Amino acid sequence: MSKQINVALIGNPNTGKTSVFNALTGLNQKVGNYPGITVEKKEGICKLPRGVKAHIIDLPGTYSLNASSLDENVVIELLLNKNDKDFPDVAVVVSDVENLKRNLLLFTQIKDLEIPTILVINMADRMSYKGITLDIPYLEEHLNTKIALVSTRKKNGITELKELITNYKELSTAPCMNASAIDPEYFLNLQKAFPNQLLYKLWLVITQDVNFGKTDRNEIDAVAEFKTKSKADLKRLQQKETIKRYQFINNTLKEGQTIDLNTAKDLRIKLDRILTHKIWGYVIFFLILLTIFQAIYDWSSVPMDFIDSSFAALSEWTKNSLPAGAFTSLLAEGIIPGLGGIVIFIPQIAFLFLFISVLEESGYMSRVVFLMDRGMRRFGLSGKSVVPLISGTACAIPAIMATRNIESWKERLITILVTPFTTCSARLPVYLIIISLVIPDGRFLGLGYQAMTLMLLYLIGFGAALVSAMLLNKILKIKSKTFFVVEMPNYKLPLFKNVVLTVIEKTKSFVFGAGKIILAISIVLWFLASYGPGEEFNNAEEIIKTEYADQNLSAEEIHEHVASQKLEHSFLGITGHAIEPAIRPLGYDWKIGIALVSSFAAREVFVGTLATIYSVGSDDEETIKNRMAGEVNPILGGPLFTFASGISLLLFYAFAMQCMSTLAIVQRETNSWKWPLLQLVIMSAFAYIIALIAFQLLK
Amino acid sequence: MQVTVAHLKRGQRGIITDVSSIHIPLKLLEMGCLPGNFVELVQLAHFSDPMYLNINGTHLAIRKETALHILIEIL
Repeated sequence: MSKQINVALIGNPNTGKTSVFNALTGLNQKVGNYPGITVEKKEGICKLPRGVKAHIIDLPGTYSLNASSLDENVVIELLLNKNDKDFPDVAVVVSDVENLKRNLLLFTQIKDLEIPTILVINMADRMSYKGITLDIPYLEEHLNTKIALVSTRKKNGITELKELITNYKELSTAPCMNASAIDPEYFLNLQKAFPNQLLYKLWLVITQDVNFGKTDRNEIDAVAEFKTKSKADLKRLQQKETIKRYQFINNTLKEGQTIDLNTAKDLRIKLDRILTHKIWGYVIFFLILLTIFQAIYDWSSVPMDFIDSSFAALSEWTKNSLPAGAFTSLLAEGIIPGLGGIVIFIPQIAFLFLFISVLEESGYMSRVVFLMDRGMRRFGLSGKSVVPLISGTACAIPAIMATRNIESWKERLITILVTPFTTCSARLPVYLIIISLVIPDGRFLGLGYQAMTLMLLYLIGFGAALVSAMLLNKILKIKSKTFFVVEMPNYKLPLFKNVVLTVIEKTKSFVFGAGKIILAISIVLWFLASYGPGEEFNNAEEIIKTEYADQNLSAEEIHEHVASQKLEHSFLGITGHAIEPAIRPLGYDWKIGIALVSSFAAREVFVGTLATIYSVGSDDEETIKNRMAGEVNPILGGPLFTFASGISLLLFYAFAMQCMSTLAIVQRETNSWKWPLLQLVIMSAFAYIIALIAFQLLK
Repeated sequence: MQVTVAHLKRGQRGIITDVSSIHIPLKLLEMGCLPGNFVELVQLAHFSDPMYLNINGTHLAIRKETALHILIEIL
C-alpha cells in the first residue's frame, strides 16, 4: 500500500481556498469537528498521478500565523505540532491573484516554518481583466517554491497542482526571512537557550497569547523565561516583523509582477457605489430579504405538497399490505408520519441554505456588515453580528460559531445570547403548517398574506434579538477592547459547485441530525399513545359499546370513538391532560401540549409529534394538515386551530428557547452554564407570557 | 492638528506616516496598514462610520475610532 501524502490547504479568507479543495476532492470529502472544540474540520481524499493518494485538510482561513481566534488557532496548532497525525508533508498556500501582496505574508510565515510549500495563485482568469502579468520563474526562484496558476472557475491548473503535490519531495524548505533580523540580540539569546529549535517556531510560541489548545505545552513552559519582554514590546517586534516581511514581498513583486492600471477594470467600484450607498444600500438589502422569504414560501410549496401526500399514501399502503400487528402499526402510525414531518421541510431548508451561501460566496455579506455596523452598535452589537443573525435563520448552531470573528468579547457574548431569537429553519415547519391553517390565502399587492405573515415572524425574531441586545448592553458590565476590521472582498459570481456542495452538506446534516431525534421521539410517542394503564384504556371497546348502545352507530364510527377513547386514556393522554391546565389559557389542548413538551428537545419535532398523535388509531389516508384542520376544541367547540390559538402558538415558538443543541453550543462557546440556563428560562417565560396575552386578546 | 485617515474625503488618497501600534490591532497591520503604504477612502457609511478603505490594494472597513490612530499625509 502506498503512503498517503498529508496536504494542508492554507490561505487568507476569500481566496477561493474552498473551491480549490472542492476541485481536488470532489465528493470525496467529509466535514467533522476538531476533537474537543467546535471548529469545523474539512478533509478529503484526492487521487494523484501514478496511483498516489493525498489526504487533504482544508484549514480555516487566516490572514497570518498570529492567531486571534479559535479557528485561526487550529492552523498554527497543526503547523507547530510535528507529531499530529495530520501534520502536513506539504502545505499548499492558496492566494488570490488580485491580492498577492497581502496573501504572500502568510506564505512567508509558513515557509519560515521550513515546511515544503506550494504556492497556488488562484483566480488566474482575472489577470488579463485586471491588467496583471506575472513572471512565474522569477517568483518561483525568489520565493523558493513551486507555483501553480489555478483558475477553479475555468478549471485550469488543477492537474499541474496535483503533479506538484505528487513531487513534493523536490520542494525547497529554505525560509524566506531570517527570523533573527527582527531583533538580533533577543534572538541570539533565544538560539543559545534552545539550540535545537527553529527560531521562528519559538517566536510564534512566545507571541501567541491565545493558546486554546495543547501545542507543545512543555516547549511553551520552557520558554516562559523569555517572556520577559512586555506585551507592548512584543507587539512592537511583531509590527517590525510584519514590516520586514512586506519589504521582502515588495522587493520580490517589484520584479515579478506588473500591473497595468490602464487596462484594469473595476466592477467593484461601480457596484459598491450602489450596494453600499447610504440609502439605496439599505433598500436593496431589504428587497433581497423580501425576495428570499417570498421564494422560500412560493417555490417550495409544490414539492412540499407532493412529499406530504406521498408520506400519507406510504403510511396507508404499509398498513394495508403488511400483516396487522404492533410492528405494522408502529411503522405506519409512528415512524412513517414522524419521518414525513422532517422530510417535508427539505425543500425550504435547501432554499434557505442556497440563498445564504450565495450571499456569502458573492461577497455581498461583507457589504451588509459594513452597512449595518453603525446601527448594530446602538444595540451593543457589531456589524459582524449581522452574519450570525442572518445565518441564524438557517440554524442557530453554526450561527453561534460564526460569532468567533467578532473581536470584542462583550459584542460577541451579546450576539451569542440573542441569536436564538432569529427564526431558524426548525421553526419554519411549525410556522408553515400553522400559517396555512389560520391565515387566509389572499394576496395584497402581489404578496400573499401567508408569505407576509412569515416575513413578519422573521421580523419579530430579529426585533426580539435587537431589543434584548439593547437591554443586555445596558445590563452587562463587561469592559473589553473593541475594534473592528472586515475585509471587503471582490464581487464574485458564486461557483455552482461550491453552492451545491454547501447546500447538500448542510441539508444533509440538518435532516440526519434532526431526523435521529425525531425518529426516536416518534417511536417513544407511539408507545405512549398505544398503551395505557387501567380499565378505561384496556376496556375501551366495551365502554364505548355500552355508552353508545342506544345509538345505531356504524362499525366505522364505533371504531373512531374507540380510538379516541384509547388515546385519551393512554400514557400520553394522561400526561397531556396533566399539563393541560397550564396551557389552556394559551388556547392549546392536551395534544398540542404534548407536542410543545417534546419540542423542548428540538422545535422541528412539533409537526412530527402531532402527526404521530393524530395518526394513531385513524384509518384514513390523510395529510397532517387536514388532520390538524379537523381537530375540535374540547371546551369551546369549533376548530381547535383558530386565528387566536394559531397566533398564540406562532408567538410561543418565536420566543421560546426550545433547542437542546443550541444550549449545548452556547455552553461551549461561553464556557459557562450560566448563559444557556438564563437563555432557557428567560426566553421561555417571555414566550409563555406573550402567547397568553395574544390568545386572550384575540379569542 | 494631526491628519488621520478619519479626515479623508471620499475618493481622496493619502500615504500612511505613522500608526500607533497600541491602538491598532496586529491584524490590521498584517493587512497592510503600515507606514509608507497608500490609503484611499472608498465609501462612508452613515455618520461616516465605519469607513470603507483601500489600503495598499486590500479593501477593508474599519471604525472611525480606529481610523483616528492612523496618521497620514493627504496626497
